[in-house]
Parts: sequence; C-alpha cells; structure tokens
Amino acid sequence: MSGPTELELAAQVVELVRRLGGPATQAEAVVTRADLALTRFANSAIHQNVAESTVGVRLRLHVDGRTAAGSGSVVTADGLGALVERTLAAARLCPPDPGWPGLAPPTPAPAAPPVDEATAHAEPDQRADLVRAFVAAAGHLNTAGYCRTAHRSSAFANTAGHSAYGRSVEAAMDGIARRDGADGVARRCADRLSDLDGAELGAQAAAKAQAAADPVELPPGRYEVVFEPAAVADLLQNLSWYGFNGKRYAERQSFAEPGAAQFDPAVTLVDDPLGASGLPFDAEGTGRRALTLVEAGTTRTVAHDRRTAAEAGAESTGHAVAGGATWGPMARNLRLSGAAAGPASAVGRSTTGTAAGAVVDADTAALTAGVRRGLLVTDLWYTRVLDPKSLVVTGLTRNGVWLVEDGTVVRAVRDLRFTESYPRALGPGAVLGLGARPVRQPDRVDGVWWEAPSVRLASWHFTGGASG
Amino acid sequence: MTEFDAATAAVQAALDAGARYADARVMHRRYESMTARNGDIEELTQDESIGLGVRALVGSSWGFHAVPDLSDAAARDAGRRATRTAQASARVPGPPVDLVPVEAVTASWASGCQIDPLGVPLSDKGDLLVGATRTMAEHGADLAEGLYQIWDTAKWFVSSEGHRIDQRIRECGGGISATSIGAGETQRRSWPSYRGQYGTTGWELVESLDLAAHAAQIAEESRALLTAPPCPAGETDLILGGEQLALQIHESVGHAIELDRILGWEAAFAGTSWLDLAQLGSLRYGSELMNITIDPTIPGALGSFGFDDEGSPAVKRDAVRDGRWVGVLAGRDSAAMASLDYGGSVRADGWARLPMVRMTNVGLEPGPHTLEEIIAATDDGVLMDLNRSWSIDDKRLNFQFGCEVGWEIKKGRRGRMLRNPTYTGIGPLFWRSMDMLSGETVPWGTPNCGKGQPGQTGHTGHPAAPARFRNVRVGVSA
Repeated sequence: MSGPTELELAAQVVELVRRLGGPATQAEAVVTRADLALTRFANSAIHQNVAESTVGVRLRLHVDGRTAAGSGSVVTADGLGALVERTLAAARLCPPDPGWPGLAPPTPAPAAPPVDEATAHAEPDQRADLVRAFVAAAGHLNTAGYCRTAHRSSAFANTAGHSAYGRSVEAAMDGIARRDGADGVARRCADRLSDLDGAELGAQAAAKAQAAADPVELPPGRYEVVFEPAAVADLLQNLSWYGFNGKRYAERQSFAEPGAAQFDPAVTLVDDPLGASGLPFDAEGTGRRALTLVEAGTTRTVAHDRRTAAEAGAESTGHAVAGGATWGPMARNLRLSGAAAGPASAVGRSTTGTAAGAVVDADTAALTAGVRRGLLVTDLWYTRVLDPKSLVVTGLTRNGVWLVEDGTVVRAVRDLRFTESYPRALGPGAVLGLGARPVRQPDRVDGVWWEAPSVRLASWHFTGGASG
Repeated sequence: MTEFDAATAAVQAALDAGARYADARVMHRRYESMTARNGDIEELTQDESIGLGVRALVGSSWGFHAVPDLSDAAARDAGRRATRTAQASARVPGPPVDLVPVEAVTASWASGCQIDPLGVPLSDKGDLLVGATRTMAEHGADLAEGLYQIWDTAKWFVSSEGHRIDQRIRECGGGISATSIGAGETQRRSWPSYRGQYGTTGWELVESLDLAAHAAQIAEESRALLTAPPCPAGETDLILGGEQLALQIHESVGHAIELDRILGWEAAFAGTSWLDLAQLGSLRYGSELMNITIDPTIPGALGSFGFDDEGSPAVKRDAVRDGRWVGVLAGRDSAAMASLDYGGSVRADGWARLPMVRMTNVGLEPGPHTLEEIIAATDDGVLMDLNRSWSIDDKRLNFQFGCEVGWEIKKGRRGRMLRNPTYTGIGPLFWRSMDMLSGETVPWGTPNCGKGQPGQTGHTGHPAAPARFRNVRVGVSA
C-alpha cells in the first residue's frame, strides 16, 4: 500500500478540523480502506463477479452546540479539506443539538482476533474454485449463490486525543441447490476462506433440495417448530434491531425490560463482536466487547452508543454505527448460546423415505426426534415488522419446510406465511430444546453475523399457506 | 484528465487485457439528508463520493472492478482487474452471453429541476422539519419524526461500442411521521408516506408536500388509532389508497417482471418469479383495468433517466396491457438470453456496483373513477392507506401488507377508523379482482428498493391511484 495510512488520514482530518473550526470544535473521524469481492453464481455458472477497492472518510463534528456529519471518498489534501469545510459549514447552519454526548475519551482498544492474510488478499480464482466445488457437489441440480471475501482496515481519531486502529476480515458462502422448484440451502461465515468447504456446502444444499421435492400444502395454524440456524438468524436480527436497540428502548418502542424474565430460561444472548475477526472499536471510537443482552431468560440490558447511553444514564456499550442518531445503536454479532449438554441423540430416527436429507446435523436430528407433530423450518424470508413494540413480524418460510410426526421427518411441505411475536415465541416455557453447536450465519453486509444452534419452539403461528 | 478520459482508459485497458466488450461508469454523487425528532434536528449528513466502475466481458463471463481514483493508472488497473475477474468466472462457465444491439451515441441528459435542493439553505430545510415535528409533538405524537433526502448524481458512461454519455440526475423528497405509543403497541401516521415522497425534481417537490399543514392531523390520527377498533378479520372488498397501491405494484408486479429474476439469476437471494417467459403475451395477469407501463421518460418521477447504465435510451413500454402480461424489465444480456430485442432497465447504485436489472417507473395507467366514486359504490368493505409493512415470497406471489390506517366502508360511506389493517393474497388472483380504478394518479417514488449481492439500493417510481379489489382476506394478526 502506498500513501498515508488510515491512522495518518484520520489524524489529518482531526488536525484540519482544529485549524479550520477552532480549538473548541469537537470532531471524530473514521477512515476505512476496504477490499470487498463477491463471486456470484446462478444456473450453476458464475454470472456476476465483482470487486471493489475503496477508501472512505466519515467525519462527525460538533461546533457551537450544533452537530453535523459527512463522508467522502477523496482522500487527497484537497478532498479532506473540502470534507471538513462543508461539514463545518453544515453544522453552523444547523439548529442546536442539546443531546450531544461528547467524544469518547482516550482508552486503549481491546485486542482483536488476528486477521487471516490469505483471506484478506484472496484472488477471484480462489472464490471461483469454491463455487466450482459447490456446483460439482450438487451433482445435476441447478445451483445459485455466492462466495465473498471482505477485508477492512480502519482507523479512528478524535479531538479528545483518542485514536484506534484495527482490521477485520471475513469469508462467507451462501448457496442453494434446486430441484423442480424446491430449494435447499447451505450458508456459512468464517474468519478464513480456507475454513469454507464448497463441496460440503454444495452437498448439504443438494441433500436438502432432494428432500424438499413434492411438497404438500398444510393448513395454517399453530405448529410446534424446529428452526435451523438460518431461520434463527432472522429472529436474532429482528430482536437486535427492534428490541435491544438503545434508541428504540428510550423511545418506548422496544419490548425490552431489563431485569425481567422475558425469555425462556434456555435463552442466553450475547453480542460478541470480537468473537470473530471484527474491528475493535465502534463508529465513535468506543471499544467493542462482548455484551450479555439476555442471561438465562432474563433481559439484562440494551445496546448503547454515546447518545443513548447519556440519555439513559449509562455507559456506551460500543454499538455506535454511522447514522446511529437516526437508527440507533445496533448489536450486529449476536449469538444464541447453545445448550451445555445439547439435546439427546436420536440418530436413525430423524428422516424417512423421500424426506431423507432434510436433516443435516446432529443437533437438528435430536431436536426433531422429540416432536410429536410439527414443522422443521430451514430459513425465513422477507420478514417485516407489523408492530415494533410487541415485535410482531410477518414473513415466509424458505429453502425447505418439512412435516415432523412422532419424531420423524416424514415429508416436505410447501412454504407457509407466518405472523408471530418474536419475543413471545421465545418466552418463558416456549423453548423446548436447543442444539449444542451454534453455527455462524453471514448477514448481507460483511462484519455482521448471527450465530445460533437449531432451536425447538412450542408454537409458531402460520397464518397462510402457499395458496394464500 | 476528464471523467470521460478515465472511463475510456478503463475500457481500453479491459480490452487490451482480453475482454471482448467493456464499459465503464464514472459517478460523482452528493447526498444530503436531515432527520428531526420532536422539534430537534436529529442528524444532518452530507456525503460525497467519486469513483469508477468497469465491467468486462470475456467469453461468456463478466468481471467488474471499482476504484475511487480517477487517475489514468488507477483506471487502467481497474480495467485490467475487471478482465482478470471475468477470466476467473470462466472456471464455472455459463451459456454464451450476447448483448442486444443499442445504438452507440454521444449524448447528454439532465433531469428537470426548478430549485436546486442542495442550494436551499440548511437553516430553511431545518426549520421546515423542526416546525413540522414540533407541531406533531404538540398534537399528541410521542415520536414526531421528519426527514428529507437529496441526491445529486453526475455520471459519465463509455463503452467499447462507442457510447459516450453524460447525465446529471437530481432527486429529492421528504416526509413526516407521527407515532403514538400505547401499553402494548405503537401506531403511526405519516404524510405523504412513511419516509416521504421522492422524485427526480428539485426542492419544489418538498415544498409542494406542505408538510407543516398536515402535521397536526396525522399526530391526532396516530393518537386516535391507539383506541380505534382493530381491522376485522375475514374476506371483504378492499379499497387501497394510491400510496399503498404503488407499493403493491412495486412488490407484486415490478419485481415479478424483472427478467433477471425470471431467468433465475437472483434465485438464491431476491428470488425468482412466478412468471414463465413462455406465457409472455398470453398470460392473464389481472383484470382488464390493469394497464402497467415501464416508463423512464415521465418527467419528475423517481425512476426517470435519459439513458440506463448500459447506454440504452429511455423508452416507454407496456408491461401489462388490458390485463395481459406483455413486457419485462430487461438488460442487454438478459434480453439476448430471452430472445427479446430490448433492454433499457439496467442501473447501478453508484460507481462501486455492477449494473443490474432494476425497475424504472412501473405504474398503473389511470382508471375511469375517483376515490369518492369507488367508496360510494362499495356496500361493505375496508379502505386502507399508507404502507406500514410489506412481505412477499421469493416468487412474488404470496404477499401480506400492513397499512397505517384503515376505514370501515358501509353502504357507500367512510365510517370508523380501524387500526392494524392488513391484507393478504396471491398476486395474479388479487390483480384479477380489481374492478374499479381511480384516475387520481400520483407518481409515487420508492428510494429504498433493495436487490443484488453486494446489496444495491434502487430508486423507483410507481404511478398509482386508488383502486378496489373484491373478496380480499383482511385482518391477519399474530
């Protein structure tokens, strides 16, 4: 790499603010270089293959009691100067910001996991080889999906004398295999590209697609369910965005009540940003650390940035994001802890006949073995919130649903629409079992992931079948 | 070195490295947004981004590379990398890729703009949002929110076939929302829609929305909704306001007629489509009142442009005519694969994103009625308006939408307000049940259409007016 480092650029921005805005101006700058690449395939061929090498500067400043933020992609002296000048001008024209929480003080950033250099600098040929393995393992089935790598190098500096630097890296693969309109999926997120096994994922997706063929339609109603990790990821995301969001909590739009036993005792939720290769600081420079949001069913806290923390009389938990004044702080690396012992083994009872292949791991096999009549759900899709406070969500199943009877997966079912309150579905007495092994699921954006084992829930409200 | 020079260098480098076709887009986008809450400015952001993206075709495989640097060396390096990425794609090759012909032109185009939105003083824009949100708070809203957004995009397009096109597109819009919080739920009312109305226009659009004049009413309605009766469950006649119908078009028609979805290119993420190309020209999509056009030429609508992002000129086409499916949203490669002779609907969300099939302005042509006539002709039904939630399956068939507000319709008159109105159905069955359509058309703008991996946010337009649908299932709840 040539030219100034991210830390040098961030320091330049802070110095420019001091010079152009005066010593009383408070400012924070984040400079990020990113190399993001995504190899996408459909109809068993790579059809979109993209890469970007970008640099961005985000500046937030507070002057004369007024706040503004801006960003730019030009990191020359002129570009940085223009960014500072226009952000200063914007702040001075803004109405006062009485809720300004001040800057993060100088504090050492926590140690982050090491970055895998091979993943950071992965070539398109490597991603293509993983795709080729996925496609080959699916045999004659039509396949689609992606393999991506992401590397970010980011620095923070503010006028309070705080600075920090970190890198993150991520590899992810997400693919489906298709048979006569029935899809099976396999999805993983890892710190190293070498930890992804395209052949294993392709075989898993193909097995599920084969098992999803010839689905029957079931009537809507309440069913016991076993959710696989991909489906549980959707629960975690919505709980995070709408429930454990400090801004929504302050606005009384969240269900969260710290200290209350709102979930089943089996539920422990921890946001663990450094449990994978993540940046060690948030958008305000606060160190990112593991935060227990729910402990054995009891809600402990919500995520805060400096603004929501000040409003709540708390400390920032390191969850500031760009645009956080509008959207609020987000927990974006949420893990549902697995059961200590895991569910009882039920090898040999999990599937039968045409549904063979629906269950691809021991946790799910054991959980379905306990179901007298219910549904095994692989994935959820297009979930949208009907009411944020009760977190009633509607959405659909996707990539495989099966009927389970007397502990055996007996046949594929057509997709169903549901309308359900997520916290209620995970409430006291509602979780009938957890797998022992959380599986990390990628988000649409690198650096964001959701990790969960399979989960067995007592009741899920399906409000419509595929025919309406 | 001009923007055209950088794009040309990137294209030439891609060709020199072995591409048989290449194109490049330089984009310079300025973005400004402001949000206000309960009488205070919550956030002001001004972003500026400049860069170049180059796309290379090698054999039957595409590669794309983007950089934020317009120097000759960086542009050439991006071109070479795009070709190298395309060569890697050939490890998992697909069928031959052709491009439908498009005349190579040198052209300039700019969207209409009376009042430069970035030129309006921030203090004036702030005062507008502060005033409106203060009024909502004073009239009972627990959360009074307002925002505007502005995009000012200049782009330069060069292709190895000889295109040389520059465009400047200015977009803006805004809106206000009032939320009242009860013991177990929240209720929201917005104007003119949640997160606002948008177009390829200047600040005159925001002025025309007259946010301040509607602040008190929506605040009071959000409070009243907390104690309103719930929308009853069952089948009934459903009247949709124009804003909700725009969303219905977007989700259950616009995405369904995207050719990349139909061809399976989006199967793993956005999904496919229930439509089968073999039925293009013959399939009954909806009632005879249903006439949907793809029209990027509508002045001021959010999905308008002079040329799409692979150099095809803006052209109006039919998607559904008299209820029959007749057209798709396509790009040059997808059209060739489907043996169609037109593209024209490909756009990229900025310089760092690959151009892909996106909606332009996909909307309903006006009908013969008015909303009041539709209400008067309805004996028993529900009127719903302003979208609150939207969900639809990956084939764009099974949908469930929630609205901010409903009104009981009894014997041709609007009655009580209803809370938590939802409706659900299957796309073509729903559209076939449309029996009355208003001519009070508004080109609603949707600035948040997500698609693609990496994710892209598209700006789309949807001309729509109130309409009536028969025997629709309403009142779905947890």
